[in-house]
Amino acid sequence: MVEHVLSVRGLQKRFGGLTATDDVALDVLPGELHALIGPNGAGKTTLIGQLIGEITPDAGHVVFCGEDITRLSVAARVKRGLARSFQIVQLLDDDTALANVALAVQARAGHSFRFWRAAGSDPALLQPARALLEQVGLTRAETRVSDLSHGERKVLELAVALAARPKLLLLDEPMAGLGAAESLRMTETLRALKGSLSILLIEHDMEAVFALADRITVLVYGRAIATGTAEEIRANPAVQEAYLAEDRPE
Amino acid sequence: MRNVLPLALLLAAAIALPWAAEAMGQPATIGLATRIMCLGIAAASLNLILGHGGMVSFGHAAYYGLGAYTVGILWEHFRLGEPLFGLIPGTNQLLITLPVSMLVAGVASALIGALSLRTTGVQFIMITLAFAQMVFFLFVGLKAYGGDDGLLIRRRNIVPGLDLRDQDQLYWLCLGFLVAWLFLQWRIVESRFGRVLEGIRQNERRMAAIGIATYRYKLAAFVIAGMGCGLAGALTANYLRFVSPDLMAWQKSGEIMVMVILGGVGTLLGPVVGAAALVGMEYVLGGITENWQFFLGPILLAVVLWAPGGIMGLLGRGARRG
Repeated sequence: MVEHVLSVRGLQKRFGGLTATDDVALDVLPGELHALIGPNGAGKTTLIGQLIGEITPDAGHVVFCGEDITRLSVAARVKRGLARSFQIVQLLDDDTALANVALAVQARAGHSFRFWRAAGSDPALLQPARALLEQVGLTRAETRVSDLSHGERKVLELAVALAARPKLLLLDEPMAGLGAAESLRMTETLRALKGSLSILLIEHDMEAVFALADRITVLVYGRAIATGTAEEIRANPAVQEAYLAEDRPE
Repeated sequence: MRNVLPLALLLAAAIALPWAAEAMGQPATIGLATRIMCLGIAAASLNLILGHGGMVSFGHAAYYGLGAYTVGILWEHFRLGEPLFGLIPGTNQLLITLPVSMLVAGVASALIGALSLRTTGVQFIMITLAFAQMVFFLFVGLKAYGGDDGLLIRRRNIVPGLDLRDQDQLYWLCLGFLVAWLFLQWRIVESRFGRVLEGIRQNERRMAAIGIATYRYKLAAFVIAGMGCGLAGALTANYLRFVSPDLMAWQKSGEIMVMVILGGVGTLLGPVVGAAALVGMEYVLGGITENWQFFLGPILLAVVLWAPGGIMGLLGRGARRG
């Protein structure tokens, strides 16, 4: 039996009367790109929040590489090999793109209780950071984040998440707000990543999802109603009813 | 490193200040400058957490006062010849009182910080203020050390090779400690630790998401800042030869914060410039009217509205234009 990278069982989260996550079970296999789709308000981002540890579930378990991480802090989970990107980019706006990635490299390189040597010119941080920027195709390394375009920030967000060298990367709508050409580039970047790590991808861009995903889970009103390959999901009547119908022109 | 020349000139001017003051027949300036050095250390240390870490501590005077009282209490037991709690002998040796002051302030800031840093935003401001007020009232009630009236230190601490009764030598000593503290803080800000602190100020959520347990780093910075302020307090006690609860009142916390904002949040020299500006204004305006703070209000308002980078921001803008 293959050990799951991520295994979620009976996950439950309520906000007042709203059940945002309703008894969700989900498995991510090693090297798999698993897409999580569903209409707005289905609870996708809430689910990611519980996987990374920003939101505490009311019930259920999150098991990562065989270890129950349900009660661990965000930082502890990242140390174990989880990383996420944010739908609304969370970057250090006053710093350059390179400094943002260098700081993420630094966080991976052990504790930062180092008070004396300058970090800004440390090749041990800058070289891996430059390589990551190259990998995602961001050329304006020395530009401050506040001067980058939306598309560049989304790409930088990915580079920062990759700097943690995750075993499982949680991507929250990496293509949201991107133009057609930028979306295509992001799809190619993700395709190049495939296999080297597991990815859980939330995305509204169906073209990208069907092009990239090995398996797809459909979330509706907090419930995982179906999991399968692209063909299986396309053919699933419950999914068509609940979700794909929305996208069809009237 | 292009800033080395102006910094060296500034330092040379600061070293030469006592001679210049004597030459111009203004020896009182030396005392003012000594106060500026002490408060400069306090403001710089607050700047580490406020300017670089985004932690608005409104209780920083507590550590200032604790540092000062450590010198005062050690002197008192030295004078009386009876050990504190029957265990710790008093002393008037600066090389002992300064580290002990920093240690006391460090322990206090570790305790207060450990609790306060579980909150953020307005709650954090309020809880640091509340703890500082507790320390304040503790010393108001401590009759053995003068309570409200404070404690007189008849003679300044002793350092081998220096005579601190000479106001010039005391000034140079304080200047030396200011320069050392600023150098240390500059290294910290540029280090990996400093990068993490800066990241926390800008986006704490992002820092957690790259695997940083932010609480520990915030606490470490809080303790470093507390120790710096303890050092400032210990030097102040030597300068004043007197300690009282006023040193740790909330007004003092406010003053230190005003210095940081006036001088330039998050800049190396800003807090010292702010301290100089505030002490200078107090001296000049205080010579005109007892209610000099009435004029401080509008000035502070103008800085916040039109010069958000403080005096350092204005200087920088001028330098770029010129």
